[in-house]
Amino acid sequence: MKLGKLPAKQFSQLLKVHQMNSDKITKGVLLLSSFVILFVAGGMIFSLVEGAIPALKSFGLSFIWSNNWNPTEGKENYGALPFIAGTIITSVAALLISLPLSFSVSLFLGEYYRGTRIAKILGTMVDLLAGIPSIVYGLWGFYVLRPLLIDLGLPNQGFGIFTASIILAIMIIPYATSLSNEIITMVPNELKEAAYSLGATRSEVIFNVVVPSARSGIIAGYILSFGRALGETMAVTMLIGNANIVPDGFFSTGNTMASVIANQFGEADGLKLSSLIAIGLLLFLLTGIINAIGKFIIKRMG
Amino acid sequence: MNAAAKITAANLSRRTLKDKLFKGLVLFLSLITISPIVLIIYKLVAKGYRQISLDFIIKTPPNTFEAMTALSNGELIPGGIANGITGTLLMVVLASVIAIPVGVITGIYLYENPGKPLANLTRSISDILQGVPSIVLGLIAYMWIVKPITSGFSALAGSVSLSIMMLPMIVRSTEETLKMIPQSIKEAAVALGVPYYKVILRVLIPTGFSGLLTGILLGISRILGETAPLMLTALGSSVINLDITKPTSAIPLLIWEFYNDPNMVDLIWSSSLLLMGMVLTLNLVSKRIAARTK
Repeated sequence: MKLGKLPAKQFSQLLKVHQMNSDKITKGVLLLSSFVILFVAGGMIFSLVEGAIPALKSFGLSFIWSNNWNPTEGKENYGALPFIAGTIITSVAALLISLPLSFSVSLFLGEYYRGTRIAKILGTMVDLLAGIPSIVYGLWGFYVLRPLLIDLGLPNQGFGIFTASIILAIMIIPYATSLSNEIITMVPNELKEAAYSLGATRSEVIFNVVVPSARSGIIAGYILSFGRALGETMAVTMLIGNANIVPDGFFSTGNTMASVIANQFGEADGLKLSSLIAIGLLLFLLTGIINAIGKFIIKRMG
Repeated sequence: MNAAAKITAANLSRRTLKDKLFKGLVLFLSLITISPIVLIIYKLVAKGYRQISLDFIIKTPPNTFEAMTALSNGELIPGGIANGITGTLLMVVLASVIAIPVGVITGIYLYENPGKPLANLTRSISDILQGVPSIVLGLIAYMWIVKPITSGFSALAGSVSLSIMMLPMIVRSTEETLKMIPQSIKEAAVALGVPYYKVILRVLIPTGFSGLLTGILLGISRILGETAPLMLTALGSSVINLDITKPTSAIPLLIWEFYNDPNMVDLIWSSSLLLMGMVLTLNLVSKRIAARTK
């Protein structure tokens, strides 16, 4: 039957039914795609746990605090402590090194030179830091930074926690800066003007007005950048020295959870592969928790 | 001047000095912060530009013996990184084909159902996915694709790991973009009796197009330089490969190979220069698009 020959009433009814169906399908497709994300995330956890089971069965929970990493056949024994320690030490050090730098940049962009051309240029350059691939940071660290540190008397041919932390610090600066800059810009002018009218100098306004009212945003930015540092792989792999030991100091060599996976994956099977997957699972949980904390703080700010 | 005024004056000058010192410190540390990007680009250009030529783009790398011969004769290393360029393009296109539709549609879902528990859950999960380290995504693609599907390292596995990385970025940017579209535009379409899918395809997506594009380009620029997940999935190949079920090279993977081969190590700078050029161009283009629409 041709639509054109239908009475107007019937036509509009038919159109309505057709439209309702198409709307339902559209809504269904939208819903489905959001299930894809949930499915991917659920599948990730499932696969990581499944892959880690052989290692966790052999070593139990002591996998987490054992520092024995021995791939010799027959005496195989794997523990994640050296890598958990390496990850946390390098990331905390990177955070501490990056703190004054990213704080200065966010003051430069959000307070001292807000909205000026020079701030735009500086902001773009800091953003570009986030665009440099990890492996290029690694090369630069290896060929430029490491010789410099050797000249300054760093042991182990310049490899180790310290070198890796410096590069990591540079890598995470844009993540800490972008959020805290945004929040610092949003501090109401009235608050600052009130302080100025009482005779406060600019640095006093910054420390007594700007920082306290932007505090949670700044902290959230640092937490998110810390989460970034935990999972960085290539640059760290190229600089940390790849020793499967619990680092005994700031200049010691070591390995992080990410770098040990990258390093040892190629020759891994059986129990060793399972242990690496278990380390991946731990890394997944660690970054997940840190990010969730950061997002929670942001959400609470509104 | 009496004593009290003297003390206040001294106090004020001390405070002003402190203020100036602090500003100087901020300027100094800001300069230090941006110096790495200048130094890195300088290093790449200075050491890499001589190797860049047409051959570098259309030829595959030499074997280590050819490279050694060229080195001992004091010549440039012959050949190029064509296998890496094609591999990177192949995997990035495939990852985009997987991630863009799902990401955009999910973003629309989040925008259309702001307060629903499922939408909130999806948003939180997507945020958490964004924070997952890329090496873990490599492990996942290894377990999902390399082992069961392609029974060996493959471009497909590489693309899957990259697409999971891209997905949350696209979801987020789609939702943020759509939030900025005036509600009245959508209402006008609905009032005309336009079916829902046409509201999406003809109104929401075209209106927010430049915002979506910015998000997509930024996502691509983020995955272009990824090395770690590809080491676990695509592995690398010395020839040009376009079969998605076979091991495939990529520019970052080649940089890693060159770095580990003393004869080829000179090629790291030019390869990195090309990679950085691609990433930074995409970055700046997307920023330009974003700035123009604001």
